Amino acid sequence: MVPTLNGRIQTRVFLLAVIGGLVTAVITPALPLSGSLADRYRDTYIILATVAVLGIGWEFLYHLLMQWRWEKDWPTLFGLVTLVPEGLLVWLLLQAGAIPGIVGTVSAPAFCIDFLAVWLAVWLVANGPMRVPFIRWRFRGGRLV
Amino acid sequence: MATYGPSERTSLAGDGHEQVTVTRRSPATAGGQLTEELLETDSWTEAMVREAGIPIVKVPFVSIGGGIGAFVTVDYLRIAGVAPDRMRVLSNLDFPWQTYEYLTRVSQIPRGERIRSDSASRPDNIWGFPSYALAEAVRDRTLRPLWQVLVEPIWDDYYTPKAGQVFAGLEREAKRIGYQQMVVQGQVRMVRRCRGGGYFTILTPPSADAPTQDAPTQRVAYQSQFVHLAVGYPGLRFLPELQEFRTKQQDFYHVVSAYEDHEHVYEFARAKPAVIMLRGGGIVSSRILQRLMDDRENLGLSTDIVHLFRTYISGAHGPNAWSRRKGGDGFAYQGFNYPKSVWGGQLKARMRKLEGDQRAAAYKLMGGTNTPRRRSWQAQMRTGRENGWYRTMSGTVDQMMLRDGKVVSQVKTPQGIVDVSADFVIDCTGLEADIAEHRVLADLLEHCGAGRNPLGRLDVERTFELRGSASGAGVIYASGATTLGGYFPGVDTFLGLQIAAQEITDDLARRGFCPRIGPLRSTRQWLRWASGREP
Repeated sequence: MVPTLNGRIQTRVFLLAVIGGLVTAVITPALPLSGSLADRYRDTYIILATVAVLGIGWEFLYHLLMQWRWEKDWPTLFGLVTLVPEGLLVWLLLQAGAIPGIVGTVSAPAFCIDFLAVWLAVWLVANGPMRVPFIRWRFRGGRLV
Repeated sequence: MATYGPSERTSLAGDGHEQVTVTRRSPATAGGQLTEELLETDSWTEAMVREAGIPIVKVPFVSIGGGIGAFVTVDYLRIAGVAPDRMRVLSNLDFPWQTYEYLTRVSQIPRGERIRSDSASRPDNIWGFPSYALAEAVRDRTLRPLWQVLVEPIWDDYYTPKAGQVFAGLEREAKRIGYQQMVVQGQVRMVRRCRGGGYFTILTPPSADAPTQDAPTQRVAYQSQFVHLAVGYPGLRFLPELQEFRTKQQDFYHVVSAYEDHEHVYEFARAKPAVIMLRGGGIVSSRILQRLMDDRENLGLSTDIVHLFRTYISGAHGPNAWSRRKGGDGFAYQGFNYPKSVWGGQLKARMRKLEGDQRAAAYKLMGGTNTPRRRSWQAQMRTGRENGWYRTMSGTVDQMMLRDGKVVSQVKTPQGIVDVSADFVIDCTGLEADIAEHRVLADLLEHCGAGRNPLGRLDVERTFELRGSASGAGVIYASGATTLGGYFPGVDTFLGLQIAAQEITDDLARRGFCPRIGPLRSTRQWLRWASGREP
């Protein structure tokens, strides 16, 4: 899928909500987190929401960077390696206590597993299976509506 | 299709849908030729056609051409739920990829070579999933194709599928959707409006010269509400000086087109040292160049290659930093025919809004001859330049003549006129003929209200409806190369044909011809595709 700005944002929000939501539901109990299960779920879903909200800002930056590319495309690898700056930013905000609503302590291993699992799942779905139910999605720059 | 007796209508399908019906012709009205009245009248009645002795076959949807454009459109419609008996494909091809395979083969892409197409552009799979790369990785048990799509185009060339893989997939999908049972062999002569709505498409069956009981007339009229046109390239043109040389000298040996069989050139070069001149800087010139360089390397030949560019690209080019295409050594470099975002990103979205001159200007900016920058070709050309057997020139040719068995081209270069002598000249420019040179298209322009877009091809709506040609509730759609210049630029590509097919299917759904493909149907149909079951 070669994205437009609107398509980027829609795809990110949709895939984080659906795929990210499912992955978070499955892996949270297995993560090395503190607190009750409810608190752990609260923390992982807040992290997921943070990735989605900050991601909208990131998408504006990616769209700007894409303008220097003749093809106006976003290679597959870019969609994968952007996990590094995005993950780092969320981690730094977490460490600084700047993410509201976090109740427990999120260790580095727990964050890494959580973030990587969600990111990889979303990236894999965006690069193939997404086209199965949504046949118009790739021709509309990632827009779903 | 049926035996012919006294005038009556026979249903060929009994599933309760609209279906193919044949109006049988009275033996007394023998003939079946186009009359002056028919030729001169823009819209016909059934009575006029019957009076001419032309049998009428009624079917809701007719596709003309029978190439890959027809195939992907019919594939989409089958997946949307249209039964095979509601569609007919009128074609003089034996199978949909026949022309494509011929052109790729003669332009040096046999089945084992890779075409210039994206991994997810699968004409045999409307979802593009699994992609060609994933399918190849699974089939050959290798991670190499997946690695390539992961790191393309920065750390590796774009992944592209082998021609053979594409054809095998098309063959499988054709069987799955019952494609052949929809095909009617013959040459389409014209499409005319039917008074009251819809169209008549006149087909000349293969047996027209010797009528048989199954096809007893010289013409058959297909009466349909919808017509789809995907007739491919109207024809190829040579560069004017090459055409003049061939016509004047009646020499079709020394000057050849890359799109015609020219194996004798390579055979000559195998037998003795040869000088070959290439014209053009597109993908086909790269392919021919590769073949010459491969033969040189593998067979130890001493072929000299002179490559003449009309527009020599010496580096990155474009109006500003936001639209600068890579280039060098004569070529403009681009992964595919158009910038990738034409098939779904911001360029597609932008082009959809442009009209007239603005659209023509946008086409000019992203167009121009170009070729992919493949690492293996770069290495071969570098060796050729270093050793003096591959030379590039910039200029145009004024005149060509035959001297001592060689073709001498007078090349007008920035430095003056230079005579270049070569054993063969291969025209790789791929100039296309005007749409009016295609008889069906010329008739549509003259009699059916069709017009031209800013690039002079068929003017279609965003839905690929042929503008100005509506007939009551009837619609003509057009897709493929004949519609270049419309709201969507990548029409003459696999993915472009699928984009057109999707727009056409959605438009037909709005008109009640078929259900709209929503997420559930799409997923269900994908599962059927994956398991090889019919739609």
